[in-house]
Amino acid sequence: MEIFAQQIINGLTAGSVYALVALGYTMVYGIIQLINFAHGEVVMIGGMVALTVITTLVGMGLPLPPIVLVLAGIIAAIPICMAIGYLLERAAYRPLRHAPRLAPLITAIGMSIVLQQVALLIWGRDPKAFPQIMENQSFAIGGASITSVQIAIILMSVVIMAALTWFVYRTRFGIAIRATAEDVRVAALMGVDANRTIAATFVIGAGLAAVAGVMYGTYYGITHYTMGFMLGLKAFSAAVLGGIGNLAGAMLGGILLGLVEALGAGYIGEFTDLCRWPLVDGLLVERCANGGNVVLFGSNYQDVFAFMVLILVLVFRPSGLLGERVSERA
Amino acid sequence: MSGEVLLEARNIGKRFGGVQALKDVSLTIRAREIYGLIGPNGAGKTTFFNVMTGLYPRDGGEVLFGGVPLELGTPYLVAQAGIARTFQNIRLFGNMTAIENVMVGRHVRTHVGVFGAILRTPGQRAEEAAIRRRADELLHYVGISHRANDLARNLSYGDQRRLEIARALATEPQLLALDEPAAGMNATETVALRKLIEGLRADGLTVLLIEHDVKLVMGLCDRVAVLDYGEKIAEDVPGVVQKDPKVIEAYLGAGGD
Repeated sequence: MEIFAQQIINGLTAGSVYALVALGYTMVYGIIQLINFAHGEVVMIGGMVALTVITTLVGMGLPLPPIVLVLAGIIAAIPICMAIGYLLERAAYRPLRHAPRLAPLITAIGMSIVLQQVALLIWGRDPKAFPQIMENQSFAIGGASITSVQIAIILMSVVIMAALTWFVYRTRFGIAIRATAEDVRVAALMGVDANRTIAATFVIGAGLAAVAGVMYGTYYGITHYTMGFMLGLKAFSAAVLGGIGNLAGAMLGGILLGLVEALGAGYIGEFTDLCRWPLVDGLLVERCANGGNVVLFGSNYQDVFAFMVLILVLVFRPSGLLGERVSERA
Repeated sequence: MSGEVLLEARNIGKRFGGVQALKDVSLTIRAREIYGLIGPNGAGKTTFFNVMTGLYPRDGGEVLFGGVPLELGTPYLVAQAGIARTFQNIRLFGNMTAIENVMVGRHVRTHVGVFGAILRTPGQRAEEAAIRRRADELLHYVGISHRANDLARNLSYGDQRRLEIARALATEPQLLALDEPAAGMNATETVALRKLIEGLRADGLTVLLIEHDVKLVMGLCDRVAVLDYGEKIAEDVPGVVQKDPKVIEAYLGAGGD
């Protein structure tokens, strides 16, 4: 039971990060039906920028409280990621707006490689550790523990997701984004500047990615120039799980994916421990004696779950949990 | 009805592959008139509409609106200049509520952008409130304010047509272009539509009307142009156009007596 509660907490934390990243995928898909595979790299750069800022500030020896350091990291990462998001749309995707769909997709993969290599040049090939600035306080709940960082991550995502929902459903610009997502040409005829709206969508998604990158970095304590790849794929899976193009779906998909992954990682060792199965005999008897284990799959198989979910969703419910009709427009 | 010229289309041409859909079409719409554009199926009415509102690029000619050439390649600039339209096959934002559809139309006349919205400045709040209020007024004007919070796709056919008009009006057009607004309407709905259009004109709008329903056009319009095979074959007051032999031939076929 403790394992269960603990993995729920871990899953919610990771899921909050996935949800923020998945929102970027889903918003861009919703408006121009492009899977922006470079989105994971934007997350990575957000983490890297924050790491640089925080390390520099710590190095200066100023007596700043940790929360100020992290906020400084976020505040630096957001505009940089937004600028990258804007540039991606402007330079890489806009010229291909009317090209066959494969062209921008491949361009997205290309941009992902470009961003990775740029990060490699700037930050080097070794993983970079975040300075230990937080006294990571733990609080016990229901036999499990939750750290202050986890609480901060979960609360922050909730606030951001609420704000985004408000923005998209309640403001002039949000309504223009939704209109453009439904029908670009009619929205334009009603006076909505499609280019501006699409660029804004990229910029907003990149801003969310920046925050997610900082969260990820502070949570796992590490950043690496390739980290955007796996994180991006998982968040993409989350977006598909929720129904790509659907905001609430991305949030739900992110959280669910985090939970599935955490629970999977928490229990897979136990379930694939051959000593727990009744068929044990021969060689195994010896090795299982005195409480030994023969575990087939350990928690390092964690990543498998995200992609199992992706495959299952694609097979059984391609439009996702809250999915809208996909590709209604040609 | 000899107001100043609001819109002047000069030698508009449009070709789709081998088909010359529009051939040197010129016409003049005066301020505050109801101008009808009729013609048999496939005559190029909707194409003309689409070119004029910037949906299709044109192959030749130009459009002066209030004496200024229109940027025809860029639909949102056409909307900004003051032309709004509805669609023959209704094109609402189906997954948005009625009032949100109208609010989209307000976009072009309002200004607060992404950052204003995020920072929630007092100006932003006032503007959002004004957008909602105006949208509500427009729904009231076309008579569907009771459906404000229903999804557009759940509205009845007639109400969807009205909603399209409200959305177009939200852009504060000088010229409202209606593409077969009476299509699929029953007699009662058509009468109501006619009242609505007359009301629009009384409120100072110029209306361009494409319509199949010849009776509606002849009863409502100040002047009518007739297109046939992409060419304008007549343009005059309804009484004259109705008697024009070329028009009769276009509708009834050559040799018709």
